[in-house]
Amino acid sequence: MYKLTFNEDLCLACGTQDCLVRCQHMDIDQKTARIEMEKIINGEDSFVLHDCATCYACEEYCPHGNHPFYLIVQRQDELGMPPLPEPLIKRGIQTGIPFRGEPEIDEIKGTALNMCVFSNLMDRVQGRLFEGLPIISHDSRKMFHYFCQLMYLHYGKTSVINERLDKIIQTLAAHKAKEIIHFHDECYGTYTSYAPAFGIEVPFKSIHLFEYLYNRLLELKNEIKPLNYKVAYQRPCSSRLSPPMHQYVAKIFDLIGVENVKREYVDENAMCCGGTILGQKKEGSRQYCAEVQKKNIDDMKNAGAEICVFNCPACITTLGKPVQKEGIWPLFMSDLCRLAIGEKIG
Amino acid sequence: MESIYQALVEIVGEDYASNRHEELFTYSKDLGTSPPQWPEYVAAPKTVEEVQKIVYLANKEKVAIVPLGGGLTLAGLALPLKGGIIIDMKRLDKIIEVNEAARYMVVEAGASHGKVTAYLHKHHPTLMHSEPGAPAAATIGGNMAIHGQGDLAHPYGFNTDMINGLEVILPTGEIARFGSCAVGSGWYTMHPLPDLGLFLGWNGSTGIITKISFRLYPYKKIRDNDAFTVSDENLVPEILHELTHLGLTEDLIATSSEIPPVMNRLHHISIMIAGDYEEEMEFKRHMIFDLTLGKYIRSGVGGIGGIAAERLRPQISKSADWKKGGGFEYVGSIVPVAAYPECYRRGSEISARHDIPYTVLGRVIGCCHAMMFSWSYAFNRADAETVRHAREALHETDVMVMELNGTIWKPAVFGQKLMMDRMDQTTLQLMKKVKDLLDPNGIMNPGNWEVQ
Repeated sequence: MYKLTFNEDLCLACGTQDCLVRCQHMDIDQKTARIEMEKIINGEDSFVLHDCATCYACEEYCPHGNHPFYLIVQRQDELGMPPLPEPLIKRGIQTGIPFRGEPEIDEIKGTALNMCVFSNLMDRVQGRLFEGLPIISHDSRKMFHYFCQLMYLHYGKTSVINERLDKIIQTLAAHKAKEIIHFHDECYGTYTSYAPAFGIEVPFKSIHLFEYLYNRLLELKNEIKPLNYKVAYQRPCSSRLSPPMHQYVAKIFDLIGVENVKREYVDENAMCCGGTILGQKKEGSRQYCAEVQKKNIDDMKNAGAEICVFNCPACITTLGKPVQKEGIWPLFMSDLCRLAIGEKIG
Repeated sequence: MESIYQALVEIVGEDYASNRHEELFTYSKDLGTSPPQWPEYVAAPKTVEEVQKIVYLANKEKVAIVPLGGGLTLAGLALPLKGGIIIDMKRLDKIIEVNEAARYMVVEAGASHGKVTAYLHKHHPTLMHSEPGAPAAATIGGNMAIHGQGDLAHPYGFNTDMINGLEVILPTGEIARFGSCAVGSGWYTMHPLPDLGLFLGWNGSTGIITKISFRLYPYKKIRDNDAFTVSDENLVPEILHELTHLGLTEDLIATSSEIPPVMNRLHHISIMIAGDYEEEMEFKRHMIFDLTLGKYIRSGVGGIGGIAAERLRPQISKSADWKKGGGFEYVGSIVPVAAYPECYRRGSEISARHDIPYTVLGRVIGCCHAMMFSWSYAFNRADAETVRHAREALHETDVMVMELNGTIWKPAVFGQKLMMDRMDQTTLQLMKKVKDLLDPNGIMNPGNWEVQ
């Protein structure tokens, strides 16, 4: 079975314990953080395993790229301490089961766009930005054959990911695309961070959607008309698995002439959408989720945001309606970019 | 025969009467497993007077008449088992009155639930009625004739519990009114006049409902569908009991289905809440999820499946897509809420025997006074073998309902017979006397609730 690459010595010798000290959801000092990480490394119970909001941020905070979040989830799995109640775990695991036929494998030369389990969002990848780009997983009946599985990090289930991921990779690879752009950065994180961390081979090159959009916008630069909106970006948890790609948010905003509003909950201090916290077993999770969302949306409002831009379909499902109620327009990044080149969005 | 057709043309006009094969074909089927039953004529009247004339004609010619609403019961209840005239009521769809202050509405029986909902949204946005899970084309009259329930079943009961008045054409053609409208006092109450109770649940075999007054209820601005999920079916009754004790929800539905896999062997309780203010909604969520259901969450046996999702009506019809061919039919029953676990277990066993993915749903009626529990069976319309399996599964389910001491809701003829076989003889004979008295020529939807 696949084994997580985690350097225990490096972790224990860490001078900052940023992974836990900087956690937005637990108040942990450096001394406690070291003790708790040692317990986790040794496979012992720790309050961190129970209280983790599964926001992925510690993956980014770790100064050594040492995968503390993957370790936490692996320990939750091994010790039988899932953060969610059993029925939600069962529901989640069953979500990823394909049930309507086999995928149709078309050979693709060059670059393709992978929609994963978001085939129903094909409207979000229309227009000149995506012209001529072959799509993988465009049929919602078959989309679970392409499900990257990383969602199970929220379920304390690395075992499910490790059991299924290889087959998903084989299905994607069967299309023979040299490069695959991933609509959701959860997929990008799967193939560029999680898989290497667990020694799972990925035979294709992955491209982040924002990198693709930025480069495509450069090609269409003459057609860009500055939008002059004030925009907040809802950074999703999976973006923590690919911090270098986060720079493209600012680059795209500069290119299309929108103001990236100054917020407290931004970049490394970004606030989780709350979707994963809502159902957690820990007492008060629902109320805590509501508090997190309120703080986040208040922050957007106070910063004067007119638009909230999303990458993650789960984030927009969770926060789209609440931000709209506050007069902020929820938009996918792809749609914002389309507006900049004068296209209408549905 | 030509003379009956000509008489129908004279009553409703040439465009709204037919004896042509291709049009009768449409009326010979419903969407379920019932074999085709051909009418000889179809007429679509526009007025109560036209309906009345057709009833007089049918009595004169001793020909059967079957009133048809949306044609969506699936159980063959509006198929002409003994031929005759189908009276398609859908043109009789006027909205006659909405009384905002007394919260009721009077419509012609062919008005669809979709039309009523749209009308209220547009003209009376603070009011709603109890709309069933059926497609929007289901008619108010048809739904009442089968004792339907809707999305206000938890607080207010069956849709027929919400009736304020009825106008009915008797099988012999006279028009009768029931409730305060019978004494010319408006349409605001069914009580306290002597109870006649002759037309609801009879599937149109004792008369044709032409006008209905029904209660309206406050329509709150914010309407959410929250969800709670458990694996153990035995927890469902106690959770529903606790939620109905709390009394803050508008609709409570528990579902489980084999497909999609996300629903398999899990029980999703849809908890509909409504409010005019965010504070009101948050208070309700706090009471429901933190205080009432919190113990299930903390112990890990139940989880919040979603908050503030868009409200969708129960979509049992989606189960029709699980097999090629798009067919489905269900048995509905009224059972105690405590029967949910056994209904689920035994129903899924029946499904497995017939190689049909199981789909079950239970909607709370009243304050946990009962539940409408349904078992849905999908089939391929183009594959007679799958239709046979579905039909057998439906019949086995009818028998199971009886074994569980349930009551089959809107039973097909097979289920009607099962219930009449068990029925108290005095009641059965009273039904026969009522039917014979009202319908001396035996022309009204014959074959339904027919006491031998």
